[in-house]
This record gives sequence, C-alpha cells and structure tokens, in this order.
Amino acid sequence: MTTGEKKLMSISVVLALMFCVPQTVSAMHIMEGYLPPAFCIGWGAVCLPFLAAGIIFIRRLVQQHRKSVLLLAMAGAFIFVISSLKIPSVTGSCSHMTGTGLGAILFGVPATSVLGVIVLLFQALLLAHGGITTLGANTFSMAVAGPLVTWGVYQIGKKCKLPKLFNVFLAAMLGDLFTYCITSVQLALAYPSAEGGIWASMAEFLAVFAPTQLPLAVIEGILTMLVVMGLETYAKTELHELGCAKRGLFK
Amino acid sequence: MSRKTKIVLVSLLAVIVLAFLPLFALKGAEFGGSDDAGSQKVEEVTGEAYEPWFTPVLEQMLGGELPGEVESLIFCIQTGLGVGILAYSFGYLVARKKYSGNSQEKSSDKEEQA
Repeated sequence: MTTGEKKLMSISVVLALMFCVPQTVSAMHIMEGYLPPAFCIGWGAVCLPFLAAGIIFIRRLVQQHRKSVLLLAMAGAFIFVISSLKIPSVTGSCSHMTGTGLGAILFGVPATSVLGVIVLLFQALLLAHGGITTLGANTFSMAVAGPLVTWGVYQIGKKCKLPKLFNVFLAAMLGDLFTYCITSVQLALAYPSAEGGIWASMAEFLAVFAPTQLPLAVIEGILTMLVVMGLETYAKTELHELGCAKRGLFK
Repeated sequence: MSRKTKIVLVSLLAVIVLAFLPLFALKGAEFGGSDDAGSQKVEEVTGEAYEPWFTPVLEQMLGGELPGEVESLIFCIQTGLGVGILAYSFGYLVARKKYSGNSQEKSSDKEEQA
C-alpha cells in the first residue's frame, strides 16, 4: 500500500473504533428516521473501514487491470437491477433482493461495499427508500454483512469442492437471507421488547422478514448463478485477469 | 439441447414461478413493502407509535410524499440503468467471442501477456 492509502485505511479504522467503543452496541432497509442517532453513527462507523478498503481496491483495479473494470461495472449494474425489483412473496407483502452476491463472489467484500453504498444512496436520496440517517445501518446489512457471508460460504464451498454453480447459488442465497437477519438484529438492538428484551424483539422482526425473504433469496441465488454462467462462457479472459489481479492487488 | 441450456431454462422457469406464484396463490393480499411491515412491527414491539426523528430529504423538499407514479418512474430509471450496462457488457462479450477470428484472438492473447 502507498502512504496515502495507509492513511485512508488507518483513519477509517480509528473513526470506526472511536464511534463504536463508547456505545455498547454491538440490520433490509430500515426506514428514514427509524433508528436512534447513536445507532446510526455506530453502524455507519463500522462500515467505514470496508468502504475505505473498497475505494483503494477499486482505484488499483482501475489503474492496473483495466479489463476487469467491465466486470466491476456489471457487478454494480446487477445490484442496481436486482435491488430495484420489488417482488411479491408468500407472506403477502413485497420485498426486494440485494444483488450483492455477484460482486462479493467476483471482487470480495470491500469493493462490493462501495457498489452497495452507491445503490443505497440512490434509493435514499431519490426514492425516500431507506434513508440518509439509516444509511450506515443499511450499508452494514446489505453491503458488508451480506457480502461477507456470501464470500465466506463461497470460499468454504470451494474448499469442499462443491460444484461451482451450486456453490454460487448457495452463497448468494445465504448472503441475501443474512442481510435481512442483520436488519432484524439491528432493529432489535434499537427496540428491545418490553417483556422479552432483545431476543424476543429479534424473533419478532425475524418473523416479519425471514418468510418474505426466503423465496426471494432463492431467486437471487438463481439469477446470480445465471450471470456467473454467462460470464464463464463469454468473459474467460476477464475472469482470468481478475483472478490474477486479486492475488497481486493487496500485497 | 446441451446440459447448460437445460440449466438455464429450468432456472428461468423457477424464477418466474417463484416470483409470480404468490400473486395468484394469495388473492386479495395487499403486497405492501416489507420495509413498512418492519416499521409497524417497531410500533408493536415498543407498544407506542414511533415518531421517526428524521424525514427523507426529498420529502422535506417536496413537502410531502413522493407521488406513487413518480416513484415507479425513478425505480424504472434504476432498473433501466442497470439493465443497460448489463446488456451492453454481455452484448460486447458475446459479440467478441462470436466474431473474434483466430488472428484477432491471437493478437488479444498477446496483449494479455504483455
């Protein structure tokens, strides 16, 4: 890393620690104004290191591996499309998917965080969907925690020699589900139930989000798998270059 | 039909069924957003109506909620932007594979090595 990049990284980590330590807080889209300010700042702070690392990653990718930029644009576009589609679900309410699985599998978590934030900002500013105050919490659930699970599951699956397409499907699906689990946790921490405390409250929120999200998570898994299939057929050179790039980029 | 084509077709069918089955299975359901359902849950859990302490910037500027039709317009723009980039990229990749003759492929291979 260059000194500038090191500075950016360390500033973001320091900021994250500064905001998180005083509060003993340990989240898909939480509505604008629905989280107390302390939580907004806390969750936002947790995301900063990921975003900083993501910006560094993307800058280097653009400088050194121009061919992979096409894939990056596609991963971003995939999030744009997927998260704009509200789909009816079995519980009689609509929800939408996250689309961050593709980015996480191809580029890893930090770059996906940056792509996710762009989409969340778009929706918060233009659509009043999600919000500026809850941007931190939503970023953490959709653009950090979800991709982290996707990436983790994908790596484990690779070790276990799962069939590649099935592995992609599984990773993207679990990442999507986990995003909503985190949303439930975030809401539960902010609104512990009067009787049962945080756990009872979390169960309540999970009961709202999980059944709605399950079929959508399956759809997201399938769509991510289809895009990966397409890329493997038509973008071998880019994928190969990206593989080499990832090994060399953070040394 | 190759194995790949079959996978693609079955997957697409599954997506369509998963996405639209609830619409027909649950007739008369409201299909509101689950984000709103979450907000209602907040009220249930805390036992009192929660007053959001911040209203969206856009709603402040408009002095009210974004009209439903305009909201769908902006959602369409979001989808359109994404689909545009995806379609362009896949178009580029597919055409490259289709039209790259042997000579061009070799030259692009050399570029990669360099």
